[in-house]
Amino acid sequence: MDQLIDISLTVNGEQVSARVPTRTNLVDFLRVELDLTGSHVGCEHGICGACTIRVDGLIVRGCLMLAAQAECADVVTIEGLHNSGEIADLQDAFLQRNALQCGFCTPGMLLASAEYLKTNGTPDREGIREFLSGNYCRCTGYEAIVDAVEKVARNRAGNTGGSK
Amino acid sequence: MADPSPVSFFDRPNSYVGRSPTRPNAKRHLAGRGNFVDDIKLPRMLHAAMLRSPYAHAEILSIDTSEAAALPGVIKIITGEDLEGVCKPVVGVLVHLEGLKSQPQMPLAHGRARWQGEPVVAIAATSRAIAEDAAALVMIDWKELPAVTDMETALDADTPVIHADLGDNHAWHREVISGDVDEAFADAAHVVEETFNFGRHTGVTLEPRALLADYNPIEERLTVHHSGQGPHFFQAVWANILGIPETSIRVISPDVGGSFGIKIHTYGDEVATLMLSKFLGRPVKFIADRLESFSADIHARDHRVKAKVGLDADGRIVAFEIDDLTGIGPYSMYPRSSAIELNQVLNLTGGQYLIPNYKAVGDVVFQNKNMMCQYRAVGHPIATAVGECMADLAAEKAGLDPVEFRRLNLLPDDGYPTKIPSGLPLEKLSHQECLEKLLVMMDYDAKRDEQKKLRSDGVYRGIGLASFIEVTNPSPMFYGIGGAKVSAMDGCTLRIEPTGKVTCTIGVTEQGQGTETIIAQVVATAVGVPMEDVRVLTGDTDMSAYGGGTWASRGAGIGGEAALQAGKALKENVLTVAASVLQSEADALDMINGIVVDKESETERMGLEELATMVQFRTHEIPNDVNPEFVVTRHYRVTEFPFVLTNGIQGAYVEVDTDTGFIKLLKHFVVEDCGRIINPQLVDEQVRGGVVQGIGGVLFEHCQYSDDGQLLNATMADYLVPMAVEMPDIVVGHVESPTGTSELGAKGVGEAGTGGAPAAILNAVNDALSPLNARVTDQPITPEMVLRALGKI
Repeated sequence: MDQLIDISLTVNGEQVSARVPTRTNLVDFLRVELDLTGSHVGCEHGICGACTIRVDGLIVRGCLMLAAQAECADVVTIEGLHNSGEIADLQDAFLQRNALQCGFCTPGMLLASAEYLKTNGTPDREGIREFLSGNYCRCTGYEAIVDAVEKVARNRAGNTGGSK
Repeated sequence: MADPSPVSFFDRPNSYVGRSPTRPNAKRHLAGRGNFVDDIKLPRMLHAAMLRSPYAHAEILSIDTSEAAALPGVIKIITGEDLEGVCKPVVGVLVHLEGLKSQPQMPLAHGRARWQGEPVVAIAATSRAIAEDAAALVMIDWKELPAVTDMETALDADTPVIHADLGDNHAWHREVISGDVDEAFADAAHVVEETFNFGRHTGVTLEPRALLADYNPIEERLTVHHSGQGPHFFQAVWANILGIPETSIRVISPDVGGSFGIKIHTYGDEVATLMLSKFLGRPVKFIADRLESFSADIHARDHRVKAKVGLDADGRIVAFEIDDLTGIGPYSMYPRSSAIELNQVLNLTGGQYLIPNYKAVGDVVFQNKNMMCQYRAVGHPIATAVGECMADLAAEKAGLDPVEFRRLNLLPDDGYPTKIPSGLPLEKLSHQECLEKLLVMMDYDAKRDEQKKLRSDGVYRGIGLASFIEVTNPSPMFYGIGGAKVSAMDGCTLRIEPTGKVTCTIGVTEQGQGTETIIAQVVATAVGVPMEDVRVLTGDTDMSAYGGGTWASRGAGIGGEAALQAGKALKENVLTVAASVLQSEADALDMINGIVVDKESETERMGLEELATMVQFRTHEIPNDVNPEFVVTRHYRVTEFPFVLTNGIQGAYVEVDTDTGFIKLLKHFVVEDCGRIINPQLVDEQVRGGVVQGIGGVLFEHCQYSDDGQLLNATMADYLVPMAVEMPDIVVGHVESPTGTSELGAKGVGEAGTGGAPAAILNAVNDALSPLNARVTDQPITPEMVLRALGKI
């Protein structure tokens, strides 16, 4: 039977303590125990990217990490990222450009796009396509997503006096 | 007085038709507040897991569930035996597909399993993990049987017969003959022949199939939260199988994470979940995992087509002949059948061309692989690839550029109404105009020059064209005529709330295409209110008028017209009441932006909110003989055509690395004609998404089976779907030929991209390889296939 383990972590800025089966992966813990259903489960193989979340500042696959491994971690999901306002411009660009259809890949896509914008951020279409290739979208064909991320990259560069 | 202005209803300044407002329902997804089936929790909810056949074909000698049942947390285990006499077996035949046969099918295999992945045992437990633990403890004594996997030998005398009752593995045979191909071939100046193979692939919806069944034994009502494309459709199907009244089943489709035709079929694991809930009287959730998606979601394509084209001395087509063979798995899927894809190939092949003599022969066979059925652009990618690859071969034989060949042979734009070779009627298409527009958009001549120049540097680029026809807006001639409870008609109900806001319920559904948005655009335009005052609700059998849901590109054309007619009727009712209050005449008034105005001067007379408040609360201020009907329903279905065929053309520009066999997609171009465009951005995104699914089919996606029927690549790591980095930018243009079958004039667009992209890319790859005397004919085109064609391996 399931072995249980106690964990304490921060999720979207809130302290969380729980007793979880050792085999529970992090995204299932977030979705089932914390009702943070914005992170989606698409493949449970670490391929599709629908479960992308931020752990200690970097994006990870929520399906490839056990909840037990998140002891003391700082976890941010789409819900937290939305509430913080950090990606309001990106969300608006997605909305305006219709860079989502069914919406299932969207939270993961936003997490990955936010990381691209933070870590690289150049409005380079090839670079954006390369970076987002760990996130599958079955509806859009990707172009609208690339357009949206490119637009935000340009705007952010402009706003901060960066290149072009 | 009638408005003499030539400006149409849809072109008025306050019209939302032709504009691209953002989708109101997109915002929740962007905030992580989507509501998919797996996001729903109900009190006392259990989780289902399936034990599936590990063999393609095997006898089930015995099933021992005792150890599994003893596992703490396991609540109920059912096998095929438990459903005998409880569930009605289904047979996936349609009477208008004469001669189609299939075997009665039960939700869980009983006695014999006929494909690897077929559900055998269903387990309900307090968590999915425990249900899966239990599945591992179920002991089944199997006797493996020889598997029928190769469709080419499925009918051979020494091949085992999958269903003894049927006598053989032959599900269906159809022939379409018009004119006399034999005579035409005998007289032809040139004849070209080729054989094409289309691999199996599947829809890979990012959200797997999902349902949450909640049977209430006291009320004898079943509520199902279902990731599906047609709530009323499933209500009818499940009522039939479970033997309970349709009206006792409520189907709610919340957010649906992609469907593409995958989520409109009758799956045994879903029915077994309904039965678990019915047996237990409590909610049971089933979410397919990705392995289950690959092995049990319907597959599609898997056709072998032999084609032959005859030309006269000028390069005009005189005869076109095809022979299509497909394997559909061990059953024909209920109720839409698994013969429709072949039927479409026979109907549509060559349909963009003037073909005086046509013969198409098709055979559908059973095999021990996962079931096949309708996936996005049913039959179109096959028909288009065969037609367009044969066109390029024929052009080469006749010494014509592919463009010249098409100008000569594509249906002329002034030749309508007419029929395609299989006899299907065409209302008004625009092949020639689309072709000319595409050539300008892609700068065809400059690309030919560039291609020539680069070849001398050892760079092999190719240009591929693919004209296509597309089935949209299906009438009852599609399924209803065949005896399936698949509605071709949709109803739209509008009601004005006391606040003056409009609530709309409609039978077509939202799966991300933007259905709710375009319906709101049409309603706002027809009623004359701001779009933000229109709330559209879909996906609930308890809520909307009966309808077919969204599939076969019917949402805009059929749902949109129902919404338009409802909106017009509602406006008439509003103006009638307003006229009585304002002491005017209804036809002297209009409504603009939620305000009743004088039609001539557009002087504001009264806000809709004020009128609606009066109607609800101060009805004494309205004359007694005026009956304010602020709720209306209108229905629509296509009547004059079996479906509204439309058209378009795609152009692919690719580069083939002759050392590695890799194909780089440089850019892709599409011109399509979906009639009146309601929301240009949403239409373009349907096209782009469709093209990329087509690219998946032609270059990457393949359900690979071993000779003994094992699916070899049932993970996302092994089954390749298009990723952002390898996809091209896609330029989309339009020709608008509104259909006269409706006032709205909208045709569908959802199949266009997927139907045409494989042909365009196949032609582009072969164009790139042509100076090296190499060609490929099978899909998906792998690097290995390219290198083999080049003789390098």
